Amino acid sequence: MENRYSFGGDEHIFVEVNEEMSLEAFFKSLSITTAVKEADIKGVTEICPANASFQIKFDPDVIKPDDMLAELKSLEVAAESAESRIATRIVEVPVYYQDPWTHETLMRFRERHQDPNASDIEYAARINGYDTVDDFIKAHSGAPWFVSMVGFVSGLPFLYQMVERQRQIQVPKYLRPRTDTPRLTVGIGGCFGCVYSVRGAGGYQMFGITPMPIFDPKQEINYLSDFMVFFKPGDIVKWKPIGREEYDQRVAEVDANTFTPLTHDVTFDLAEFEKDIDGYNAKLMEGLYGN
Amino acid sequence: MGINVINPGLATTIQDLGRPGYYHLGIPIGGAMDRFALHCANLLVGNDEGAACLECVFMGPELEFTQDATVAITGADLPPKVDGEPQDTWTSLKVKAGQVLSFDFLKGGARAYIAVSGGIDVPVQLGSRSTYAIGALGGYEGRAIAAGDTLPVGQDAGVAEGRSVPAAMRRMPTGPVELRMIPGLYWHRITKEAGEHFFDDMWKVAPECDRMGYRFRGGRPLDFVPREQPFGAGSDPSNIVDACYPYGSIQVPGGTEPIVLHRDAVSGGGYFMLGTVISADMDLIGQMQPHTETKFVSVDMDQALNARHERADALQKVRDVLV
Repeated sequence: MENRYSFGGDEHIFVEVNEEMSLEAFFKSLSITTAVKEADIKGVTEICPANASFQIKFDPDVIKPDDMLAELKSLEVAAESAESRIATRIVEVPVYYQDPWTHETLMRFRERHQDPNASDIEYAARINGYDTVDDFIKAHSGAPWFVSMVGFVSGLPFLYQMVERQRQIQVPKYLRPRTDTPRLTVGIGGCFGCVYSVRGAGGYQMFGITPMPIFDPKQEINYLSDFMVFFKPGDIVKWKPIGREEYDQRVAEVDANTFTPLTHDVTFDLAEFEKDIDGYNAKLMEGLYGN
Repeated sequence: MGINVINPGLATTIQDLGRPGYYHLGIPIGGAMDRFALHCANLLVGNDEGAACLECVFMGPELEFTQDATVAITGADLPPKVDGEPQDTWTSLKVKAGQVLSFDFLKGGARAYIAVSGGIDVPVQLGSRSTYAIGALGGYEGRAIAAGDTLPVGQDAGVAEGRSVPAAMRRMPTGPVELRMIPGLYWHRITKEAGEHFFDDMWKVAPECDRMGYRFRGGRPLDFVPREQPFGAGSDPSNIVDACYPYGSIQVPGGTEPIVLHRDAVSGGGYFMLGTVISADMDLIGQMQPHTETKFVSVDMDQALNARHERADALQKVRDVLV
C-alpha cells in the first residue's frame, strides 16, 4: 500500500491510503494522523483521519503546500514501521432493532428504496443471504465494530465490522437520500455502519435505534459533559440487542441523567486479531463483560 | 439590553470567522460565507475583525435597538433603512435606542452582514459564536434568529458614523462568475472528454444552495473511467470508500450535478470529488444567487496562492483606509 497524495485546493492535502476498505488501511491512516498530531507542525489547522484515507488542512501563509507535502511523506515512512497496536476502549451500545420510529420513517420513503415491499432490515437480510431477520441481527450484533471515521455531521461514527471480508454485511444506500432520519438511528450503507448523531437527511439503510445519545452540544449529559462528542476513531463498539421494555428503561435513565455507557479499556493488536479473529473478539467480550 | 428581533428575515444567523479544529468530528468551521464582507463590517464599526455579526441571506431582518449603536451593512446589496429612512451600505451609521433597522429588497449578491459595535455577544462554543444549525451549536440557541429573540450586544467601542469602504474595494459578482479550482482528489475517475466539457460547459447555481454547499446544473453529465468498484465503496461509479471532504471540494454524485461544499460542509462521505475551489474564491460563492451562470476554471497551485495573496492585500487596503 503506497499513499496517493493530492492537494485539495490551496488549504488541504488529501491522502488516500488505499482505494478499498480494510483494517490495515484504517490503521495506517490512524497512525499517520497520530504522528502528524505529535509532530505539532506549525500551520496545521485540522487533522482528519477517515476509513482508508485522511486529510490535513493547513494555512499556506504559514507553511508552503510543498513543504507540508514533504512533511507528510516523511511521516508516512515512519508510520509504516510502527506497530499496529492501539490503546482504546470497547463500548456496549444498546440497539432496539425494528423499532417503531425508524419503521415509520422508512415507510414514508419507500419510493426511494430498492425494495419498496420489504423493510430495510428484511431487504438487508435477504441480499446478505440470511434466512431470517433474527439471523441478520445475530450477525450484525455478534461481532464488534471499529469506529473507522467520525464525521459527516456532528460526531457521527462510521463503523467497520471486525470480521473477515467475506462475512462483512454490505448494503447499497437508498436510491435517493431520505430527507429525514430519526436521531440515534443505527444503520448501514456500503460496508459501513453508523449511528445518526442528530436528526436529518440520510441514505443509509435503517435497522434500529439506540437510547444512548452520542452528541450533546449543551454538554448536560453526564458522560458528555467533558466533551460534546462521544466517539473517536479507534473505539470498538458492541451492539447489544434490546427490546421495547429495556429501551424505555434506558431512555428514562438518560432523561434522569443516570445512564452511563458500559465501557472497558483495551489494547488492540491488529496482527494478533488477524491470526484468530473470532478468538480475539471473544477475548474482547470477556474484557467488556468481565467473565 | 440588546436588539429585539421583530422579523428574522429568511435565514439570519449569527456568524464570526468560525471554529477550526473540530472538522475531524464532523463539526465544520462554519462562520461567514463571505469572510471579506464580515471583516469589513467589523472594521467599519470598530470591532475586532472576527466579532460576531448577523448573516442574512436574500432578505433582511427587522431589528429594534434598545441601546444606541454603530452599525454597518456589507456584502450583498441589501439596502438598509433606519426608521424607514434609506441608508448606505458599506458605511457605518448610528442607530439610536428605540429605532428600527429594516431592509429593502435585495438588489445584488446573496448575503449581507450586519455588524453592531460591540459585536453580537452570544456564548462562545468550541471557540466561536458561529451558528451551526445542524448540530444545534453556537449562535442564538443553536439556530437561526426568530421573532421575539433578544440578541445581546457587547461593549461599544464608540466609533464615528459615516466611515465607508470605497466602492472600488468592495467585491461583488456581476454577470457570469468564474470559479477557479485546482483539479485533483479523484479527478482520475472521469474520462478525458468529461474533464474537458466540465470546464467548457456553462453551469448555473441550482435552488439548492446554502451554507453547507452550492449545487450546479446545466452542464453535461460526466462519464467515468470504467473500473470494478473497490471493496466498501458502493456500487455507483461516483462512489468512493467514504473519505474526508475538503472545504470547496467539488463532488458530483452520479456524475450529474456538481456540489461545492462551503463553510457548513459535511466533513466526509462516499462521493468522488474532481477538485477543489481555491480559498480566494470561496467568499464569492457566498454572494451567488440561484441561476447565476458559472464556469469552472482550472488553475495550478501558484495561481491559487497568488490569488490568495491578492485577497489578503485587498483586505489590507481596507484596513489602511479605516484603521
